[in-house]
Amino acid sequence: MADDIVREFLTESNENLDTLDRELVLLEKDPQNHNILGSVFRSIHTIKGTCGFLGFTKLEKVAHMGENLLSALRDGKLALNSEIASGLLSMVDAVRRMLEAVETTGQDGESDYRDLIEKLTALQRPSGGGAGSLAGSNEETDRPASGKNSVGGVAATNTNSEIRDQSPRGSAGAVPGDPLQRRDKRGFLEQGKIAPDEGARAREMGTGTIRVEVGLLDRLMTLVGELVLARNQVLQFTSSLESASLAATSQHLNLITTELQESVMKTRMQPIGNIWSKFPRTVRDVAMNCGKQVRIEMIGQETELDKTIIEAIKDPLTHLVRNSVDHGIERPEVRVTTGKGAEGCLTLRAYHEGGQVNIEIVDDGAGLDHERIRRKAVERGLLSAEKAAQLSERDAVNLIFMPGFSTAETVTNVSGRGVGMDVVKTNIEKIGGTVDVQSTAGTGTTVKMKIPLTLAIVPGLVVLCADKRFVIPQVSLIELVRIEGSQARTGIETVHEAPVYRLRGRLLPLVYLEHELRLERNSDRAADDAVNMVVLQADGRQFGLIVDEIRDTEEIVVKPLGRRLKSLKTFAGATIMGDGKVALILDVLGLAQRASILSEVHDRAVDSCDSENREKTAEKQTFLVFAGPDDARMALPLGALSRLEEFPASQVEKSGMQWVIQYRGQILPLIRLSLILEERRRRPRHGQSPTLPKDSGSIQVLVCNHEGRSVGVIVERILDIVEGQADVKSPATRAGVLYAAVIENRVTELLDLGGILTIAETSWEREEEHVKVGG
Amino acid sequence: MAGPQQFCTFYLEKYLFGIELLKVQEVIQQLELTEVPLAPFVVRGLMNLRGQIVIAVDLRRQLDLSDRPRDRPAMNVVVRAGEDAVSLLVDDIGDVVEAGEETFEPPPETLQGRVRSVILGIHKLDKQLMHVLDTDRACAVAEHEQAAVDR
Repeated sequence: MADDIVREFLTESNENLDTLDRELVLLEKDPQNHNILGSVFRSIHTIKGTCGFLGFTKLEKVAHMGENLLSALRDGKLALNSEIASGLLSMVDAVRRMLEAVETTGQDGESDYRDLIEKLTALQRPSGGGAGSLAGSNEETDRPASGKNSVGGVAATNTNSEIRDQSPRGSAGAVPGDPLQRRDKRGFLEQGKIAPDEGARAREMGTGTIRVEVGLLDRLMTLVGELVLARNQVLQFTSSLESASLAATSQHLNLITTELQESVMKTRMQPIGNIWSKFPRTVRDVAMNCGKQVRIEMIGQETELDKTIIEAIKDPLTHLVRNSVDHGIERPEVRVTTGKGAEGCLTLRAYHEGGQVNIEIVDDGAGLDHERIRRKAVERGLLSAEKAAQLSERDAVNLIFMPGFSTAETVTNVSGRGVGMDVVKTNIEKIGGTVDVQSTAGTGTTVKMKIPLTLAIVPGLVVLCADKRFVIPQVSLIELVRIEGSQARTGIETVHEAPVYRLRGRLLPLVYLEHELRLERNSDRAADDAVNMVVLQADGRQFGLIVDEIRDTEEIVVKPLGRRLKSLKTFAGATIMGDGKVALILDVLGLAQRASILSEVHDRAVDSCDSENREKTAEKQTFLVFAGPDDARMALPLGALSRLEEFPASQVEKSGMQWVIQYRGQILPLIRLSLILEERRRRPRHGQSPTLPKDSGSIQVLVCNHEGRSVGVIVERILDIVEGQADVKSPATRAGVLYAAVIENRVTELLDLGGILTIAETSWEREEEHVKVGG
Repeated sequence: MAGPQQFCTFYLEKYLFGIELLKVQEVIQQLELTEVPLAPFVVRGLMNLRGQIVIAVDLRRQLDLSDRPRDRPAMNVVVRAGEDAVSLLVDDIGDVVEAGEETFEPPPETLQGRVRSVILGIHKLDKQLMHVLDTDRACAVAEHEQAAVDR
């Protein structure tokens, strides 16, 4: 019972402390804001009151000193300066440490924080209050309280408090500095425990939320996962029986399950603001330490991410924020001479885009000096001077993510120890994200992260090897290659026993899954079987994984392997497949390390030549070449494509005048190029309703992502993926085409995705009108 | 410990073993296992226990006994070990047995090998001796791998 109270106290106090951090920083900027001051005062007071009740005397003492100082501030005896703010913040830190002690030992720790108490006492002196501010605060609280007492009798004495008295209790609690509030305070002093409980309840009811243990949510998630499996089995069973009512019921079950799954997923989502809320304090502390003035701005705090991801990006984000303040933003005097305001600005921005969350950390500081980065990288032996010189500015800037790199002239206690950026990168990549830095000298640096929304359910590719099923997370997947016929025997070459494959002119190291996992095979594979290769990316390096068979992609629920098998680095977890059996999820990074694709020495060599290759591809581009209507040879940059799919024509449905297809739980609008693009040969088109090639059985669709929207482009045939220089250009001859270029010695039209989308939209509208007029 | 304890018993080859009943979550027939490549020798695979992925440890292998004949299905004794559940593969399930402290003895000095490290002691039952399993040790997989490397 007592434990429950303490636990409640801990949770509540920790929340209060987080608020305090934020509010004290705000208050420092706006010392005259009585609302914030009142709120700060109340938070401290609640902590003090409760710990007094629970017998944590040291904790109470520290909180009490903080309260005294605050009350002096509130009474206007003192003006808030950064010294006092620091004092108050260190008091918050001390309280936090003691709460930690309470959590682990049940006691408020050994230290009595004498220094801090002395400091806090000293801070109260300059105003010359002398008599001790405790008395002052009592006086202050007594006065309005007695005013309140009189309300019942003579209403006319204080109309204000009467009006406020009539306001509902909940909202009164939210108005700081209100007489009721002060009565509250007295209530705390007299009744100890009851008041904070009431306060907590009012707060919770006010926002319509309750606290739920994460463990319970995880269990719910597991149960829903089970339900999904049971649902799948029911659906399978239903399809074998011919019963209309059973079919209807199972369809209903299907819908409910999907909705339930989504809702439960949502309960695990948290706004990114939860971790950002700590940053104003971080920024303030770091800025104070290095004598800078920095303002922090946050956009998109409400952007939601899965709880596990929030946890995973917390440290990397903190590191980046500290780094930006420490290294990015210049000292005030430097800023003024370069014509910027003395105060630097750090912007955090988060937004959803294409099923991912983008997080940007933008500073308006000096920017990264790419020349210096090159020099440093060479000095540290990370790459050769000539290679460094060949790097593009952008690639040079990204060298900061290499292990052992740090350009800080002096090592501060904040950053510059040569660990950091590479750890940031590794941690972000571990959860399937990417990180990239862009910088313009003199105007600032932007670090951009792309993070998946959730780790719990991810798309994965199912592959077979030696009759065993494995799942490869889609994030690591680059492309699939199938080598058939005689190529299967001759296509794979060896460099000193190490198998490689020439993929578009580059040597791709190969890894045989069966060898790496020491899988036993019941029957030998025929030598002339086609080779299936999954091109994967791990930590910036690519390799080809040879498997027996490539199956479909599926949304899988990732489950950890548990403590007992944690040492197996080749597996990221396991999942339960539709048939109820367990399949292992490959850890691409772990697999690459096992296959020595990523060893320390190898690592750097490959990295630098990889950068070199990236340099080349900056001029060259990789295109998907396909046959458009009338056999026109057309291409799209590979970057614009999400996937290539083949659908049976029978799956295409109609929504309004638009052709659509159900795809991964979404409705994917389909665009037929033959309707969009002006035809090369004139043919009568009007009055002709668009038809699908029902006879041909299947359609080839490029699933593209344009500005966060997915759209399927139906093409006649997919031809190839080529790397080309699109430098010989001629202007486009029809709408929906960017330009024509020579790719692989043939004239190829580059599709304008944005353009055809606009045309498609207007054509849908037109068709709709057409139908209306015609009907 | 006051009063007699209850044990869930099972057989491995001809030997009778017992696990404290309170530690046993359930006993089920063999489920389909998914092998885990590169896993320690004692790990037979993973199974789907109503949506929970449970690791299956073969007690025969854990005790250095010969593998069960292929045509002989194993039984699963699912025990709670720490945060996870672990399924112990055994040959046959016996009765629930009650035994008091008076019949308990530590393992005899002459008992050697893996068995000694995995059992807590012996209960002298009327007809047979029952090996009392140390659940945590029986579920440990990393340790054995280490031992296998050492050998």
